[in-house]
Amino acid sequence: MEDLIFNLFIFVLASFVGFELISKVPPTLHTPLMSGANAISGITLIGALIIAGGPDSLYAQWIGFAAIVFATINVVGGFMVTDRMLEMFKKKEDDK
Amino acid sequence: MSQFLPEAIQAFLPNTIQLVYLVATGFFIVGIRRLGSPATARSGNQLASFGMLMGVAVTLFDREIISFEFIIAGVVIGALIGAIAAKKVKMTAMPEMVAVFNGFGGGASALVAWGEFTRLDPTLFETQALVTTGLSILIGSITFTGSFIAFGKLKGFIPGGRIALPGQNYINLLLTAVALGLVGWFTVDPEYQLVFWSLFGLALLIGVLTVLPIGGADMPVVISLLNSYSGLAASMAGFVLGNNLLIISGALVGAAGLILTNIMCQAMNRTLLNVLFGSFGGGDDGGSEELGDKSIQQTFADDVAIQCSYAKKVVIVPGYGLAVAQAQHTLKEVANLLEEKGVDVKYGIHPVAGRMPGHMNVLLAEADVPYDQLYDMDQINPEFKSTDVVLIIGANDVVNPAAKTSPGSPIYGMPILNVDEAKRTIVFKRSMSPGYAGIENGLFYNEKNQMFFGDAKKSLQSLAGAIKELD
Repeated sequence: MEDLIFNLFIFVLASFVGFELISKVPPTLHTPLMSGANAISGITLIGALIIAGGPDSLYAQWIGFAAIVFATINVVGGFMVTDRMLEMFKKKEDDK
Repeated sequence: MSQFLPEAIQAFLPNTIQLVYLVATGFFIVGIRRLGSPATARSGNQLASFGMLMGVAVTLFDREIISFEFIIAGVVIGALIGAIAAKKVKMTAMPEMVAVFNGFGGGASALVAWGEFTRLDPTLFETQALVTTGLSILIGSITFTGSFIAFGKLKGFIPGGRIALPGQNYINLLLTAVALGLVGWFTVDPEYQLVFWSLFGLALLIGVLTVLPIGGADMPVVISLLNSYSGLAASMAGFVLGNNLLIISGALVGAAGLILTNIMCQAMNRTLLNVLFGSFGGGDDGGSEELGDKSIQQTFADDVAIQCSYAKKVVIVPGYGLAVAQAQHTLKEVANLLEEKGVDVKYGIHPVAGRMPGHMNVLLAEADVPYDQLYDMDQINPEFKSTDVVLIIGANDVVNPAAKTSPGSPIYGMPILNVDEAKRTIVFKRSMSPGYAGIENGLFYNEKNQMFFGDAKKSLQSLAGAIKELD
């Protein structure tokens, strides 16, 4: 039960940080932001690694394998596509 | 990988892993913060990706991980698919791409919870782990199927309009209540397989049924909300595994998605509940009838060229039609020609121009339009009074005066660009058909307005040619 309370504290505090971070972003960057945040949600990859690398059952390892493929697509694709979008935001001076 | 290290070092590993997680969390927070300004955005994204790399690398030293065949294969396959998709996707298809990536993320969280539940003896699970396993599977699965339905709707594989049974909203609410009930049942009796599988199947079904009725124009709001869900699902998976990095990062993304969703709804003057449960457009529409049989003025490239070339200030209002016609580069060429003639050229961007907030900025940036020429709605609206010509290209609902004048209209109250304050407006459009929201636009019949019919790209090409000939 103590674990649950501790984790809940972390969860709630992190949510507040998220609200504060996002509310100050100009509309220009909302699409890259959505895409970048989405890549971060692929953090579940870490959980997938633990499932797929564990010795307990082959069945669970296959599930973990699928989870790794899914999460890696999310992480690698998400960060790369965000970078591609942001690469194009240039000031006028840079062009010339 | 911990088995390869000397025992003396192994003793420090659990704490080291936690400390690296803490640093990675900091990278995510600073990264998201830096994503908030155009000058630092790119470095912010790189910082976040570096944080992810650190988190993943250090996890490989976790004592629970002892075999690597599945890990290496999975990472290689996933990275290849992700990288190729990210390189190949067109900038106009960005909303679909985000939807797909998001769907995979949500699906992964559901799988993680399922895997953890499968590999351990259910009787060892504490109540908190069981509740969060159930929630992770529920939210993750809804995200998975919901995102792919959103993808299908944006791609046109699934018709964009409302697809629903009568009373669909009540059915969905009922199913969601049943699903939450199943989470409770699963918590009490985790060894009863039927409950587990019913929950999984029902969650996948709810994802389909809740997104199907929502119109294509609202899909970005849905994707943003699903983005928030996938964060929540990751956070719940973190509760199951007792992993702080997952809990924190998931919560950050969950909050981010919610704020963004809210901003998008505000820009359309709608509430989230209205987007999720109310149909939009197509119904009875009080605003359209009074337009009657007023006449429009048509114009052609030569005339537009002269009007623009002799103007002091021209504001360009781009919309999704511009992107569909792939005309951003041609537009940039026209703007350059006008600037050479000493015309002050600005771009007025409505918050929901394109298919997502900020989507239009990305599309114009792709055509090398410098971002200091792009003006938000609040910045550009006071300038229309002193503007000679407004070129409205592929945009419709965001300049529709019905949002200000006819309370019966579905878009009434949505903030719009006040283009009718300018001396002249010219609408580039294929035909007189109404916009995405299916609402007539009174601006077309305004005496200061002219229509330039045709494909946006061809029209702009002929306009560029006509401006050159004026020299």
